[in-house]
Amino acid sequence: MRAKRKQRLLVILGLVALAAVAVGLTLYALRSNINLFFSPVQIAEGQAPLERQIRAGGMVKEGSVARDPDSLDVAFTVTDYVEDLEVRYSGILPDLFREGQGVVVVGRLQPDGWLRADQVLAKHDENYMPPEVAQALEDAGYSPEDYQDKATDVAKRLEAED
Amino acid sequence: MLTPLIPEIGHFALIIALLMAALQAVVPLAGAATRRPLWMAYARPMAAGQFLFLIVAYACLTASYLLDDFSVATVANNSNSLLPWYYKASAVWGNHEGSVLLWSLILGAWTFAVSRFSRELPRDMLARVLGVMGLVSAGFLAFVLITSNPFARLLPNPPADGADLNPLLQDVGLIIHPPMLYMGYVGFSVVFAFAIAALLGGRLDAAWTRWARPWTNVAWAFLSVGIALGSWWAYYELGWGGWWFWDPVENASLLPWLAGTALIHSLAVTEKRGAFKSWTVLLAISTFSLSLMGTFLVRSGVLTSVHAFANDPSRGLFILVLLGITVGASLLLFALRAPRVSHRVGFTWLSRDALLLVNNILLVIMTVTVLLGTVYPLLLDALNLGKISVGPPYFNALFVPLTVILCVFMGLGPLAHWKRTAGGSLLRRVWLAGAAALGIGLLAPLVYGGEWNLKVTLGLVAALWVVLPLVRDLWEKSRDSKGRRLAGLRRLSLAHWGMVLGHLGLAVTIVGVTVVSNYAVERNVRMAVGDSVEVAGYTFTMTELGSRRGPNYVADAARIQVRRGDDARGFVMTPEKRLYIARGMPMTDVALRPGLFRDLYVAMGEDLGDGSWALRLQYKPFVRWLWLGALLMAVGGILAVIDRRYRRAATAPDPERVPREVAA
Repeated sequence: MRAKRKQRLLVILGLVALAAVAVGLTLYALRSNINLFFSPVQIAEGQAPLERQIRAGGMVKEGSVARDPDSLDVAFTVTDYVEDLEVRYSGILPDLFREGQGVVVVGRLQPDGWLRADQVLAKHDENYMPPEVAQALEDAGYSPEDYQDKATDVAKRLEAED
Repeated sequence: MLTPLIPEIGHFALIIALLMAALQAVVPLAGAATRRPLWMAYARPMAAGQFLFLIVAYACLTASYLLDDFSVATVANNSNSLLPWYYKASAVWGNHEGSVLLWSLILGAWTFAVSRFSRELPRDMLARVLGVMGLVSAGFLAFVLITSNPFARLLPNPPADGADLNPLLQDVGLIIHPPMLYMGYVGFSVVFAFAIAALLGGRLDAAWTRWARPWTNVAWAFLSVGIALGSWWAYYELGWGGWWFWDPVENASLLPWLAGTALIHSLAVTEKRGAFKSWTVLLAISTFSLSLMGTFLVRSGVLTSVHAFANDPSRGLFILVLLGITVGASLLLFALRAPRVSHRVGFTWLSRDALLLVNNILLVIMTVTVLLGTVYPLLLDALNLGKISVGPPYFNALFVPLTVILCVFMGLGPLAHWKRTAGGSLLRRVWLAGAAALGIGLLAPLVYGGEWNLKVTLGLVAALWVVLPLVRDLWEKSRDSKGRRLAGLRRLSLAHWGMVLGHLGLAVTIVGVTVVSNYAVERNVRMAVGDSVEVAGYTFTMTELGSRRGPNYVADAARIQVRRGDDARGFVMTPEKRLYIARGMPMTDVALRPGLFRDLYVAMGEDLGDGSWALRLQYKPFVRWLWLGALLMAVGGILAVIDRRYRRAATAPDPERVPREVAA
């Protein structure tokens, strides 16, 4: 009986230890790897932390994409038609990246207000504005008409030019 | 003459299939509850009938695609008269409606297979198993017919031509990836049905696990191949050379695989030793629930990706309700029935039983961490607590160490005996393998990479530690009673070889992951005609830049001359950037030079104007091992099923097993 009890105690201790390791690792990993989303409006208001990985998104502003002639550095402006955010990136932009289209960038906000992007994601969506941005603008008290119409106008104009 | 009627015939067949599924669910279950043989006998003919009508429905839909019947909405939205016939046939499942029909068809096929190959099952057990599968099938067919009818028509004014298949999906990977994945997902419904049937019948002896094991192995093998194909497809089709992104959609397929891996091991313990009975039932329920959840995540439009076809919220809700009912009802049944059937089987803490228990716990922890990282952002979003995303570092930080710990136990498990192993003899049999693994693991990074690297060492030691004890064990077993070498190997059961291959497969995958993650060279460069770039000892020279017309696209194409060192001949790689005309969608066509020990990967990024292009040049060592390992695992799973033990079937109880269980 004693042996059995000892065995059971060992099982429980083992399980607790494993669970503790798992929970600890999970919390640690989650804490350092959650990327919060911010719209240009929220960034302009100073809600976003500096030097920590965040996600930001909006539309690529018309005529803002500037390529460095000798390297793969590129700078462009992401806008929600209320505020602008300058993004700098070094690398290859995704196939669906285009001026006047929605884009989400992952990177770190620099002290002087621009964002150093590690990753640029472009998605094809029926809406011109990424849904996260639309939501953030609505929360900030802008009515959807304020920016959605502008986004639609720009997109239509660019499409017509193509 | 009959052609315009084909979609209507398909639609009608689908409705009949739903009715048959409902009958197959209700009548046999009621019959088993009230012990009426006639009612129970409904199960098998209904399973056959349901399958037949699903085939008819599916064939009709395929015919509509092949005949370019654009009056059918799904055909108009997802096909085009210019598509080659094989893409037309695979476009059937390249959209939401068709893919759920394929899901149902595969479920029908599994049900039919169970009804064919389980003649030796007790009548009430078979009735219950098929009844539960009928319930699942009825739920899904109702979902297809109510929210996502693939036969919905655009009458009276059908479009002249279709909108074309998403170019990302016009690929051989798409032709085989979804059916394989679905075979896996849906295949877990069989073990789920067996578990529920055992709970319903109150007969939770080890017998049901013996019947359910082969089905589970096959489903698991298909799922392994399906996941590997998905990874391979992403690797060469998305154009950035990644093979696993911890994307929620990938996780959705990994979750049932992890739970299923735990399940096949737990089933082994229950079958052989009669232990872990309740646990096995719970795992069977969880595995299928995770498969359903995967379907929900992928199909509901909650996630945005190539896989999220649906954007109609009623569909997501329907699957969510279906998932809720399935999980809720099975867990309730489990709570009511499981304690009654539990009983204790003793084993010590150094035994195969115990090691398999640890394996199960670790796999469940892995499942939970992946589930958490996948669902947490969705939950926060649903509760309006902000939009976050959980990045790959989270998954890597948890998954990699857990895999290494898992490997530690995997090295010991196959060598340990059931019930009790003497620590000394185990140590004697593994120390050499352990030392060799450590030695090779420490030296290999120095030889291969030129400098020592902790991660590589860890990965290689883990992989070798899984394989080397198995090799030593085979060496020991190869001697038969008369001391002849190799004769003993012939006596080993196929199930044993299956286990060996499965473990070997995992080790191969781990080697692939380790090497490609640590030694891949990726360079994004700006190149114009005449420019040369060196990557990992290969010189890439752009010799030509032009444009080309394909059947349904136009492309910018480059010719890249590749030479290694002083080798004068070299070879040519031709990446393309295509624009698919019907949808105006750009696509990267990667140029690959595959090899067992390294892949060269060239993809065109973007036109930078002034005649130069941004190019991705990548050197991917051992990347093929990832998928090779998954294939080995799948072969292992299948081998274990072919074992004579299962074909001999359960007509006569195994004389060796019964007394042991009684004794326990």
